[in-house]
Amino acid sequence: MNSQAQTAVVDELVPPGPFREFWNYFSSNRGALIGFVLIVVVLLAALFANFLTPHSPYEQYRDYVLTPPAWQEGGLWQFPLGTDEVGRDILTRLIYGGRLSLFIGMMVVSLSLMLGTLIGLVSGYARGITDTLIMRAMDIIMALPSLLLALAIVTILGPGLINASIAIAVTYLPHYVRITRASVIAETSKDYVIASKVSGAGVFRLVFITILPNCLAPLIVQASLGFSNAILDAAALGFIGLGAQPPSPEWGSMLANALEFIQRAWWVVTFPGLMILLTVLAFNLMGDGLRDALDPKMKL
Amino acid sequence: MFSFLLKRIGVVIPTFIGVTLLTFSLIRLIPGDPVELMAGERGVDPVRHAELLAQMGLDKPLLLQYWHYLTGIFQGDLGTSIVTREPVVREFFTLFPATLELSLCAIIIAVAIGLPAGIIAAVKRGKLTDYTVMGLSLTGYSMPIFWWGLLLILLFSVGLGWTPVSGRISAMFWIDEVTGFMVIDAFLSGEEGALVSALSHLILPSIVLATIPLAVIARMTRSSMLEVLREDYVQVARAKGLSMPLVVCIHALRNALIPVITVIGLQIGVLMAGAILTETIFSWPGVGKWMLDSIYRRDYPSVQGGILLIACLVIIVNLTVDILYGVVNPRIRHNR
Amino acid sequence: MALLQIKNLTVEFGSEKKPFRAVDQVCLEIEKGEVLGIVGESGSGKSVTAKALMGLIDWPGRVVAEKLEFDGQDLQEMSDKQRRKITGRDIAMIFQEPMTSLNPCFTTGFQIAEALKIHEGGSRSERRMRSLELLEQVGIPDPSARLKAFPHQLSGGMSQRIMIAMAIACNPRLLIADEPTTALDVTIQAQIIDLLLNLQKQRQMALILITHDLALVAEAAHRIVVMYAGQVVETGPVPEIFETPRHPYTAALLEALPERSIGATRLKTIPGVVPGQFDRPTGCLLNPRCEFATERCRRDIPLLQTDADGRQVRCHTPLDREGKPQP
Ligand SMILES: Nc1ncnc2c1ncn2[C@@H]1O[C@H](COP(=O)(O)OP(=O)(O)OP(=O)(O)O)[C@@H](O)[C@H]1O
Ligand SMILES: [Mg+2]
Repeated sequence: MNSQAQTAVVDELVPPGPFREFWNYFSSNRGALIGFVLIVVVLLAALFANFLTPHSPYEQYRDYVLTPPAWQEGGLWQFPLGTDEVGRDILTRLIYGGRLSLFIGMMVVSLSLMLGTLIGLVSGYARGITDTLIMRAMDIIMALPSLLLALAIVTILGPGLINASIAIAVTYLPHYVRITRASVIAETSKDYVIASKVSGAGVFRLVFITILPNCLAPLIVQASLGFSNAILDAAALGFIGLGAQPPSPEWGSMLANALEFIQRAWWVVTFPGLMILLTVLAFNLMGDGLRDALDPKMKL
Repeated sequence: MFSFLLKRIGVVIPTFIGVTLLTFSLIRLIPGDPVELMAGERGVDPVRHAELLAQMGLDKPLLLQYWHYLTGIFQGDLGTSIVTREPVVREFFTLFPATLELSLCAIIIAVAIGLPAGIIAAVKRGKLTDYTVMGLSLTGYSMPIFWWGLLLILLFSVGLGWTPVSGRISAMFWIDEVTGFMVIDAFLSGEEGALVSALSHLILPSIVLATIPLAVIARMTRSSMLEVLREDYVQVARAKGLSMPLVVCIHALRNALIPVITVIGLQIGVLMAGAILTETIFSWPGVGKWMLDSIYRRDYPSVQGGILLIACLVIIVNLTVDILYGVVNPRIRHNR
Repeated sequence: MALLQIKNLTVEFGSEKKPFRAVDQVCLEIEKGEVLGIVGESGSGKSVTAKALMGLIDWPGRVVAEKLEFDGQDLQEMSDKQRRKITGRDIAMIFQEPMTSLNPCFTTGFQIAEALKIHEGGSRSERRMRSLELLEQVGIPDPSARLKAFPHQLSGGMSQRIMIAMAIACNPRLLIADEPTTALDVTIQAQIIDLLLNLQKQRQMALILITHDLALVAEAAHRIVVMYAGQVVETGPVPEIFETPRHPYTAALLEALPERSIGATRLKTIPGVVPGQFDRPTGCLLNPRCEFATERCRRDIPLLQTDADGRQVRCHTPLDREGKPQP
């Protein structure tokens, strides 16, 4: 029989290490890889925006208002994706807009991640009335549609990029709180935590060394998906005029007046939205990939 | 079953109180007090200012103000709009049928396409069909729907001229309001072309609004179905000699639907948030557009009332879904 | 001719590049009215073999067999539709976990009648009568009430009886019982086994009894197949195998039986576990756990050899009567 062939197969079947295993799962997911590459591209473009384009995102070429994309009749290679209603180069604005979107994503995720984990730790650790109050508050946040809550908060704080980020961060708090709280409660009842408590480990040591590492995986997944939600919601707020304010090249606010130009300049309408879609899709693809790779329940 | 009901309702009450607290504080956290806001640019003299404050009960202690607010809510009084001087509740419920019609139509589209798509993807797991369905639904899930709306207008209204751009029905028609649903009213009016006009106004906004729920439902159905297909009882059913489609329809679907129903219920929040954007793009005269307009007009009593009413709606729908869940799932029905 | 003939059945999971063989070139035969015992540790591929027979292995699992014949009909050649006519009617199966084998959303009555409906048709009331009859046959008290019960209202033993009723509903000629009692407690186990063996005798069914329990096989089966890591390591008639096991694995299994070790201070155990996907050894799959393993065992894969007396064994150095390996 073909015993050589079989031994050859056997050699490859070595159980991989934890990081290798993660990478194997992640990279075998083609979608996740595409998402990852897209994110890297947007990130690099955002970082090196100054070198990538000769224009400034605010400079208005009054002689070239609503120039169509280069490949269309009347288009100029000077403005590859055309210009907007006041003659700004759309491609330049898209590249700089990437900065804003990634910044918002980063800000929202780090805010809600840090606050959420903290609240979740307190809630799970303190239990009792504190826990109940916190969880009820989270229920209320969950009961309101996120955009509506964000609207309410922006109404109080006033429009603007930073305020919009804060509002969105608040709406996504409950996810992080719940994940952390659940794992704190699960972990604190385990023997090793009781053991380290008995041996006199301080609360902080306990939390940071034993509990947090255990809920890292779901938090990472949530954070990655949180990025996409943040970008999407911020764009929506920008679109209705309550997020980033007009001259800024935020993708959502670039679309704010798009309805006026829908008859004459399709490129003004199309490209910013496409960027939002692609970026959000990239983060979602990566988030899905991370979940499959990190969550042992999902494996066969 | 009865105690099951009570337990669920018990969880909802604190949430409701919390929401009232939130909306109550909303108006007080906005810089400037309500009188100043009402006066706007013109300003008021201090004496009149104090008078008006007293008239509105705003000089009382906060706790008492909150009590008045709560009792007002239970009497159906959510204040009056600064702009139109109409009761907020009346304004809301005049516009609500339009939103309801749009949302219902959206959820029907989402379920009618999302469910079968998810089932097919699960059954054809790992095949091209599966990848296509999942790819499309992730795209839908990532869609900035305000842009999607614009894109559809660009394509179907501007490009092809098939559908109108805004409103609920062409201005040619004057339809009596019977049910509040334009499609049904137009049908009842019997006017030639009215129904077609109403439908053609409805189709694009409801597709836009349906996009995200559709994606969520398809993904959820797929994963729930995959889980159920691994269950022993599915193998047993197949071992009886049932064909795969029958096993899926009879044995797997019912079990797989249980979590999906919850997810469909949860989409009400997504729909309400989406309605704000969709109605704005399509100039659809519903509560979403009204909320946003109220924010632009600094009509804070309307914003406050609108948020409260939408939140209540979401809470009630979620409660209903929770209870329905118990009815569908015999294990929960019997054990509680 | 044998009722069921399987030759070189292989089931693989995992990717094409790194396949995992859950069942490796298994050959089986069973005659009408015969009881065949399949034994082996957890993970040795018994359930997968049974499922492959029932046509229940889905993509990405792959089933290949040189021959898969039931009553002269080739199961691989026929259309899915034809095959479904045989599964459930002529070949039926009882699963390992009674508590999860019934659909929680339907009454037991519906689930039993369904099996009848697919293959025999008949009116609703006829099916109901048949269901009641079946429940009585499997020893369920107050059958008409049980028909209306939902699975979560039944105990494990009761569920398994229902499963048996469902399996024998269409008078199968071959019944596969996959560890029908593993999930039940000891007192119920004996009852269920008695029930199965009685039904087998009454109806002259062929029965494949998959189990961990060698004592049970000794009592009930005519022939035995010992599986290890997806392979058949030894087959033969029960008395002979129990008398003179030729494969070291069979011998070790037998020595682990309490009945065999009367007088010994400790029960013998087999060190180690069945190799999984990542720890397949080279050569004979048993070699890390075999006390007689030689260089050759670690290097070459042994083949299943048929002895002069019709017994088969997969070993380079089968044991003799004294239990000593023979080169
Ligand atoms: N669908 C599947 N995908 C991948 N691997 C599988 C699948 N089903 C079974 N296996 C693997 O095949 C091997 C044999 O499993 P099987 O269930 O047949 O064992 P068994 O002999 O029935 O064990 P037990 O006595 O515990 O029932 C196991 O290693 C299992 O992990
Ligand atoms: Mg098994």
